[in-house]
Amino acid sequence: MSEKFFIKNYCHIKNQTVSVNGKVIFNDVPITLGTEDFSTFIKNAYKFLKTDYSKFFKMDNLSKLAFLAAYLLLKSENLNEEENNIALVFSNKASSLDTDRKHEAAIENEAEYFPSPAVFVYTLPNICLGEISIKHRLYSENSFFIFDRFNAEHLQLYANSLLRSGKAQKTLCGWVDFDENSYDAFLYLVEKEGEIEHTTEEITRLYNTL
Amino acid sequence: MSELKEELKAKIIEQLNLEDVAVADIADDDALFGDGLGLDSIDALELIVMLDKDYGIRLSDPKEGRKIFESVQVMADYIQEHRTK
Repeated sequence: MSEKFFIKNYCHIKNQTVSVNGKVIFNDVPITLGTEDFSTFIKNAYKFLKTDYSKFFKMDNLSKLAFLAAYLLLKSENLNEEENNIALVFSNKASSLDTDRKHEAAIENEAEYFPSPAVFVYTLPNICLGEISIKHRLYSENSFFIFDRFNAEHLQLYANSLLRSGKAQKTLCGWVDFDENSYDAFLYLVEKEGEIEHTTEEITRLYNTL
Repeated sequence: MSELKEELKAKIIEQLNLEDVAVADIADDDALFGDGLGLDSIDALELIVMLDKDYGIRLSDPKEGRKIFESVQVMADYIQEHRTK
């Protein structure tokens, strides 16, 4: 019988709300009736969570979203200051399209051809994995997959494989999608012990919790 | 010159996304890299693009930036002398 793994904690960031294990911990109510833009929301969430990391403000939107979601789950993990073996298995639909568009806008006019290096470096979705790895000192496996939809089957198979083969002690998995002010982050931490079994049914159930 | 220095400080803060830093927080002679504002290599590239875009100064060798971006004072002196727009 194959070894079982468990979801220790999970979080969501969407609809101007941040939640951990299904419990809302931050809800940014817009001052006006209109929908608050992402940059204001994520900045307020960053400050609320007392995330002291000045490089955060240099990241693109996808990395800010992924970074904050990962921070929610990893900050209570008593991580080693030198090195940690927590694999990252992320996925989304829009890849880095939001930043790709910004880069495209900067280079489409030959007369005004001024590509921004700070934008260009984020024109890959897996850059956010690097940001998380730097912050939490993760010297571990990481992968970023692009799917048409949230794919619990793939996340479950890949994470279990990493844990079963001993390539990772824990795996941080999920969905981090950003495109044109539409955002959705759902991350969960898998390890050998816990109460929620790491099955596709449970992953799907938790993803749809909020 | 004083106006140019204030302009540069505002541009550095805005374009390099320096959160919680105000124009008044940057002294003319503060080091921009290292222990000063703590800018990194990507910031240096952004400053090179800014020189080109806003002042018509194209650096042929990125290593020149090391000296030019020492402080706002040094940057302003260089721009004053070499600007084409």
